Amino acid sequence: MKFLFGVEALCLACFVLLSQVSAKNSEDIRCKCICPPYRDVEGQIYKQNVSLKDCTCLHVVVPMPVDGKDVEAYCLRCECKYEERSSGTIKVTIIIYLSILGLLLLYMVYLTLLEPMLKRRLFGHSQLIQSDDDVDQQPFANAHNVLSRSHSRPNMLNKVEHAQQRWRRQVQEQRKSVFDRHVVLS
Amino acid sequence: MFQFLSSLYRNYALAVDRAPGLMENPGYSSGFDGLHHPSDDDDDEMVDIAGATLDFSATDDVPPLSSGGYDEYSAGSSSRAAGMNGSGPTKLVDPLEDPLPGVGTYEDFNTIDWVREKSKDRDRHREITNKSRESTVALLHSVSDAFSGWLLMLLVGLMAGALAGGIDIAAHWMTDLKEGVCLIGFWFNHEHCCWTSNETTFQERDRCPQWKSWAELIAGTAQGPFAYIVNYLMYIFWALLFSFLAVTLVRAFAPYACGSGIPEIKTILSGFIIRGYLGKWTLIIKTITLVLAVSSGLSLGKEGPLVHVACCCANILCHLFTKYRKNEAKRREVLSAAAAVGVSVAFGAPIGGVLFSLEEVSYYFPLKTLWRSFFAALVAAFTLRSINPFGNSRLVLFYVEFHAPWHLVELAPFILLGIFGGLWGTLFIKANIAWCRTRKTTRLGHYPVIEVLLVTAVTALLAFPNSYTRMSGAELISELFNDCSLLDSSQLCGYKQPVNTSETGVDNSLADRPAGPGLCTALWQLALALIFKILITVITFGMKVPSGLFIPSMAVGAIAGRLLGVGMEQLAYYNHDWLLFRGWCSPGADCITPGLYAMVGAAACLGGVTRMTVSLVVIMFELTGGLEYIVPLMAATMTSKWVADAFGREGIYEAHIRLNGYPFLEPKEEFEHSSLAVDVMRPRRGDPALAVLTQDSMTVGEVETLVESTHYSGFPVVISQESQRLVGFVLRRDLLISIDNARKRQDGIVSASLVVFTEHCPAQPPEAPPPLRLRGIMDLSPFTVTDHTPMDITVDIFRKLGLRQCLVTHNGRLLGIITKKDILKHMAQISNRDPDSILFN
Repeated sequence: MKFLFGVEALCLACFVLLSQVSAKNSEDIRCKCICPPYRDVEGQIYKQNVSLKDCTCLHVVVPMPVDGKDVEAYCLRCECKYEERSSGTIKVTIIIYLSILGLLLLYMVYLTLLEPMLKRRLFGHSQLIQSDDDVDQQPFANAHNVLSRSHSRPNMLNKVEHAQQRWRRQVQEQRKSVFDRHVVLS
Repeated sequence: MFQFLSSLYRNYALAVDRAPGLMENPGYSSGFDGLHHPSDDDDDEMVDIAGATLDFSATDDVPPLSSGGYDEYSAGSSSRAAGMNGSGPTKLVDPLEDPLPGVGTYEDFNTIDWVREKSKDRDRHREITNKSRESTVALLHSVSDAFSGWLLMLLVGLMAGALAGGIDIAAHWMTDLKEGVCLIGFWFNHEHCCWTSNETTFQERDRCPQWKSWAELIAGTAQGPFAYIVNYLMYIFWALLFSFLAVTLVRAFAPYACGSGIPEIKTILSGFIIRGYLGKWTLIIKTITLVLAVSSGLSLGKEGPLVHVACCCANILCHLFTKYRKNEAKRREVLSAAAAVGVSVAFGAPIGGVLFSLEEVSYYFPLKTLWRSFFAALVAAFTLRSINPFGNSRLVLFYVEFHAPWHLVELAPFILLGIFGGLWGTLFIKANIAWCRTRKTTRLGHYPVIEVLLVTAVTALLAFPNSYTRMSGAELISELFNDCSLLDSSQLCGYKQPVNTSETGVDNSLADRPAGPGLCTALWQLALALIFKILITVITFGMKVPSGLFIPSMAVGAIAGRLLGVGMEQLAYYNHDWLLFRGWCSPGADCITPGLYAMVGAAACLGGVTRMTVSLVVIMFELTGGLEYIVPLMAATMTSKWVADAFGREGIYEAHIRLNGYPFLEPKEEFEHSSLAVDVMRPRRGDPALAVLTQDSMTVGEVETLVESTHYSGFPVVISQESQRLVGFVLRRDLLISIDNARKRQDGIVSASLVVFTEHCPAQPPEAPPPLRLRGIMDLSPFTVTDHTPMDITVDIFRKLGLRQCLVTHNGRLLGIITKKDILKHMAQISNRDPDSILFN
């Protein structure tokens, strides 16, 4: 429940942030005119930073490649489109995406590599032997079990650890059914 | 004091009808005895009456009479209630007042009982309505409760729309990262990098100095074989990296995030429970890895996974509202709407999404859900539109807009495309299922990471040289849908310029032209791309990364359609004096639009694979915004469905459901066999008798032994072993939880305690331990059929009511039980499949 409200608040914050940064930036509008080949004039693309009402061939296509009497015919073939984007949204999205990906990767590396090592250093060989099999089979197994048993920690941390451990068991269960036994999602 | 009552025999239903005040009592008329509703003042009285009525038949096994004794009875019940309230310590921990956590929930990989859930919700609703008359706070509560459904829809729409926007932006950027990087801001994709640049030319529209390909950065040159090799290697490197990250993340954090998700969503919506399938980790990992998988260049799309993502959002948001958190059936209504949201944001087609949910995924779709889906799809599309992920005010990359007319004669090629789509659909399903079965049963399935890496390597290796396979699926489709106007300079529009162009031509649409060298190159490249896509999609779909099927199928169809379209165009150009073309395709006329053929082909192939019809046509027409193409699209999808159905009735999602053995009772299939309920029910002839509980003669120890020695998920309760008259039905999980809880919390419950399902306890010797009263967890209205009910009717009952099990009686005595699994096994047996393929309950 609390987690969800946290997520909600985060989403809201992100939204506000997004709308802040995505306030109209001068380089976020363009009028793009595509003009096809005409007689001996090559096809051309013109882009101008103009407002919607000025988004016409006459305003955007400068310099005009044809003579005065042909301008109308040339312009009739051009297609002008007014487009908007929000570079702020793009930037924020990509950065958020990359940071979440990075965090997940770090966490994964921590769980698979660092934690078993940490555990090995903390509790010499005696506990290692009995839980070695589990560790070999499932990289996430039991490490926290051992950790939490040996230390008495403040309540909050214990709770977090407990939740994490439960989650790991679930993931292990899922992994077994999807990857090993192939009962679901194959 | 109860003895005087036992002279009354009464029909159960009659008692319900006549007992004063019962109808407005929550929890009773639906057959549940209100035990899920604590703190209800009426509870005692109500349950008492019910107990009394059942008690009559309990004491004596004579058929109940339906007359007499009403006044006596009411009087008796009230005095009895008084007696009950004063009777003993059992009341303190009576489950009546205190429903246990866990009772009424389900185990993982089990099927819910729709009837039970729906009546639970009705009871809850009734209770709230009743209370709302009492105080303003309660009234407000009832209003907010009624409103919560719409609020939830709003939230789902916002969240799914925002996520879809993010996925679009990130996937687009990462796809372009395989080619190069933008120097003015690494977060821009290729198109946005050159957004304001004035260096782009008509021929090479996406080239600008700000965007550097990897060859330019590493080797310093953009031309020559060395640069090509560098780009090639970088392309393969990024593809492998992305797919490796995707598959390891899926494996490490959320194995349920792999695959398309639609078969599982379909099964979940039909009442199956997969814990964690719609959880927050699945949501996070699916969102993140979907981007990676799409940008790795594998032949997969994001549409199916987006449905899964939207459903995860809905499921997570459901936790905010009690109404939906506690009721599996209500939650499935929200999930149905979320499926609509998923398609709505995937294709920018809100109505198509609603219809998709109705036609393809949903099992139970009342009108209320239709309106809610409509609203949610609207909100989601609006959110996505305001994010504007592509910078062109469109919701999808391959939005097209053309209004070229089509001629009646063209229906023939459209139908041809439909046949192609149907054949492709059949072949794809057969091949993909065979491949997935190999993966499931052989050693291949033990190396998911290596498999993904190998397939990615092969895809990248073969895809890079051909520009049509190198670009992403959505871009390819957008290019193929595109109509060649004068403005286009792509290879596909490499027609020979006619010598006598009328320079006054105002519109940019062109008459049919002969194919030039550019188009010829494009054509054989497309043909190669078609073969490649067909083959690679078969082995890609079902790998352990998020993978959708819509985009690859549409790409295959669009390529085939475009090839046929160009062929038709050239045929018409060179033979415009044929009788066929004479009337409408005179020289200089623009009579055939290859882009339209591509669109029709895409629809036909998607239809062949998924067997959608209405929703598909609506999605396609929302994509194009052209009403005039409905008839071609309809013709193609219908043909494709006919052709595909001729070879096998199930679409890809049903095939995957069957492959996994999920308990999914297909609502579209007809049951034609003439078997009877007695042929399907358990126990079979020769099996040991049905495991039953008796209502007041078993001890806790006996019950526990019975439960442990069997693996059934529920037990019928009968009056006595001899009479076998049915009282109710108890679920194993509820039973175990209640006994466990009673042993821990209730004084004096030992193995010798009696388990009592009746309302009052039978007379016991004074030194006996107190009985354990479990009436609260018993379903008093289990569905029954007689042993001679035809199976087609039974199957209909199961489908329409969403039953989980149904008891079979013979002459009023309990004979056996039919579960959903039994029906599925029976159906598998009839159609000569292995009945043991149905794995779950």
